[in-house]
Amino acid sequence: MKAWDAIIIGGGHNGLVNACYLQRAGLDVLVVEKNGWVGGAATSRELTPGFLYSNCSYVCSLFRPEIMRDLELPRFGLQVISYEGGAVFTRDGDYLANYRDHDAHRREFARFSKRDAEAYDRYARDVTRQCRFIQPLLMRTAPDPTSFKPRDLGELLYLGKKFAGLSTEEMALTLRFWTMSISEFLDEYFETDVIKANFALSGIIGTALGPMSPGTAYVLLHHYMGEVDGSVGAWGYARGGMGAVTKALAASFKASGGTIRTGAEVDHVMVSRGKARGVVLAGGEEIYGKLVVSNADVKRTFLKLVEEKELPEIFLRRVKNFKIRGSSGKVNIALDSLPEFPALPKDSPVYRGDMHFTDSMERMERAYDDWKAGRWSADPFLDMVIPTTLDPTMAPPGKHFMSCFVQYAPPKVDGREWTDADRDGFAESVISQISDYSPGFRDRIVHMEVRTPREIEAEVGLTEGNIFQGELTFDQLLFNRPVPGYAQYRSPVGGLYMCGSSTHPGGGVMGAPGRNAAAEILRDLAKSTSHMSPAHDVI
Amino acid sequence: MNHQPTARTLAQSHFRTLRLGTPFQPRLDALAKTQDWYNWAGYRAPHSLWDEELEYFAIRSQAAVFDISPMTKYRIEGPDAEAFLDRVTLRDVTRLKPGRVHYTAWCDDEGFVLDDGTLFRLSPTRFRLCSQERHLPWLLDSAIGYEVSVEEETEAVAGLALQGPTSFAVLRDAGFSGVEKLKVFDLADFPHDGTSITISRTGFTGDLGYELFVPADKALGLWDRLMAAGERRGIRAIGYTALNRARLEAGLIVANADFTTAEHAIRADRLRMPDEIGLGFMVDLEKGHFNGRRAILEARARRKLRHVLVGLEIEGNIPAEHAIVYHKKSQEVGLVSAAMWSPMAKRNVAIASLTRPYGDTIVDDLWVEIYAMRELQYQKLMKRAKVVARPFIKLDRRTANPPADF
Repeated sequence: MKAWDAIIIGGGHNGLVNACYLQRAGLDVLVVEKNGWVGGAATSRELTPGFLYSNCSYVCSLFRPEIMRDLELPRFGLQVISYEGGAVFTRDGDYLANYRDHDAHRREFARFSKRDAEAYDRYARDVTRQCRFIQPLLMRTAPDPTSFKPRDLGELLYLGKKFAGLSTEEMALTLRFWTMSISEFLDEYFETDVIKANFALSGIIGTALGPMSPGTAYVLLHHYMGEVDGSVGAWGYARGGMGAVTKALAASFKASGGTIRTGAEVDHVMVSRGKARGVVLAGGEEIYGKLVVSNADVKRTFLKLVEEKELPEIFLRRVKNFKIRGSSGKVNIALDSLPEFPALPKDSPVYRGDMHFTDSMERMERAYDDWKAGRWSADPFLDMVIPTTLDPTMAPPGKHFMSCFVQYAPPKVDGREWTDADRDGFAESVISQISDYSPGFRDRIVHMEVRTPREIEAEVGLTEGNIFQGELTFDQLLFNRPVPGYAQYRSPVGGLYMCGSSTHPGGGVMGAPGRNAAAEILRDLAKSTSHMSPAHDVI
Repeated sequence: MNHQPTARTLAQSHFRTLRLGTPFQPRLDALAKTQDWYNWAGYRAPHSLWDEELEYFAIRSQAAVFDISPMTKYRIEGPDAEAFLDRVTLRDVTRLKPGRVHYTAWCDDEGFVLDDGTLFRLSPTRFRLCSQERHLPWLLDSAIGYEVSVEEETEAVAGLALQGPTSFAVLRDAGFSGVEKLKVFDLADFPHDGTSITISRTGFTGDLGYELFVPADKALGLWDRLMAAGERRGIRAIGYTALNRARLEAGLIVANADFTTAEHAIRADRLRMPDEIGLGFMVDLEKGHFNGRRAILEARARRKLRHVLVGLEIEGNIPAEHAIVYHKKSQEVGLVSAAMWSPMAKRNVAIASLTRPYGDTIVDDLWVEIYAMRELQYQKLMKRAKVVARPFIKLDRRTANPPADF
């Protein structure tokens, strides 16, 4: 019976990154994916003829350029295109745009507040300083603060030195950033509601918290520390949809000799004498591996794929209590023409950016109130993009694909499972909101895919449909992600590793967890990591 | 949804013009033979109009007109305006009399320089603050507790610098009678086209010169009036490259070129206190509290001032722009931020920021390494640099009273 050197459970972007690095280190690696395609939450699917849907993740910024280079992803077709800022539509028939040009950005804000227009530089400076502090931590394993191993001490020292390198003012800001609400943080810079709402959205995306909940300031930072080709904080579209990322990863993996089996759902991980031996597929097929790496989230991995008796009690309790709450859904739409927004001039670059309709902090927080009550938001927060304005490969000429990220959507409706009727009601809240700003919108719809947390969990496998595989709150970051004592990609089961977004540094299509996990695995195998670029310098 | 257009929605269209024209733009466009524009705070401003070298000589020999409209301007007015500005800025504003201008700077609470600029006292209770960067939140937040209003008036007020030896004669010939009474740093109002404009004897060239502030809608008339009167005095419009040479000869610094302003410094070690950029002379410890006072005092007492800005004279004639400064040709001690061969001084001059004690107590054995790109090869030169006083040139005509009639 063949025993693979490594079996990766799940062909999401982190699983594939991990597989690529292991295969390139000379291991014989198998990726098993339950769906008939790879990609996890980074997919492009032709759900109606001629239209490619980025049906989960939809924009790209966090994916680490070091990984793109190491794994030669451009050679395998990956191209990321920067896009224009976007806008928040206001209920009085206007909008607030974010322009890439610094002075246009200021003039746009000055339409609403001359003061806030001139406050942006200080805000940008402070956020940039914090991003620069965090960025180098992304591509490093978080230190174990209780360990006395030289490597952990070294990493702790690195962290401490970086922190000590900050001025008193910055140190204070760092701690505030990691614990404050995005609403309070923005209050320190801006006084105009719509301007605050414009920035606050990055603090709540994918998070089961409202803009007034502590901890959301960090979520904003998490969305700012990415880049497109050195332009820090910029976001782009993967050409061909987000599936282009995983398609390139899969091609790179195969080119280096790796094997992918799709339609192969793992039922459980075989464990004997405290060590992983392989996986058993849903059909009963046993596949043996010297080590097993799970790209699934920490709950799915340890509560569904591993028998409870194999796990220590405290670990199990912490996994059970790990916060991975469903908070969002997606409505993906094929359109037979570009929608019009009467508030927006026809030649506005905003069509090529991200559009929102939540123009006040109060509305954003009220949308969250619905979530707490176990309902989808009656007046949801949308992050809406039309990537086909820049990417001609996703729809026929003149036709468009629109991605709407929708918040909030609870994991259960009034305590019960989602029904098809609920799903339709959820979709209607989205379509009706867009139609308020875009008359005739419904008539342009060719096809629509609605994904509540129920669909996301069922298809992608993300517990509760949480896009980050676990909340990005400070209690679940760094050496506490996913649980204390197991933040270095290893688990209580020998030879069973984690490589998904449940691990440091967390969610988003970043690839860093998959890469960092590969580095740890290769260290355990005493193999070289010379094919892995260190994090780019932050100078 | 049907909404009536408002001033706010009407302003949406700005996205179509990323670089605005100033109120003088029609005249600049007509003269812009080189079409060599740059972005000055969101405005389309000329690097040069016809020939950057000849434009420089227009400053030093005739009269040069430079459009300063994009400069940020704040109108600060109220019974507490003096007390407010005294609290915000470094110098003693109570000693700035109405009808006078001074060059000043302001700091954050940690004593780091937010910007430098000129403060015009238009009346006992009315001021204009001109600066490179924008500071409305800072000024408004600092105004809490003062009876004062702060209003940004960059677009409403157009500005022209008229600099050079014949600038006085041009103004007089243009009919601004009484302008001969203005001494350096004086200002006064003069009638123009049914309104009044402010003329100050100030400038950024170290030469005889004036700055004129005019309501935006009267700007073109003012331009034409000056050009008509100046025709016989060799008046020429110029771009920034020429002005930048003149300012360097005058030893003047430019925010975010010779130092990084505090609200834009991403890297904490780029922050600078006034003493570190040659503005220590502004700090008035005799007056009451002002922003940054405590921090500046502490830094002075504990010798925490790490940098110093100096004027350098460099051997040879190759400009040392952005060259690294060394001690004993080996230890890196600073960076040149601006450099040129000075036609007026016939010296190779530079402004540099050095790490103390170099440039402060150790001024011997300093060198600059110049990488001069010549036909796709660097000619590397190690040249001796001497710390010298600024300004690099001193022109009697700048301060002569009455101003000379050329």
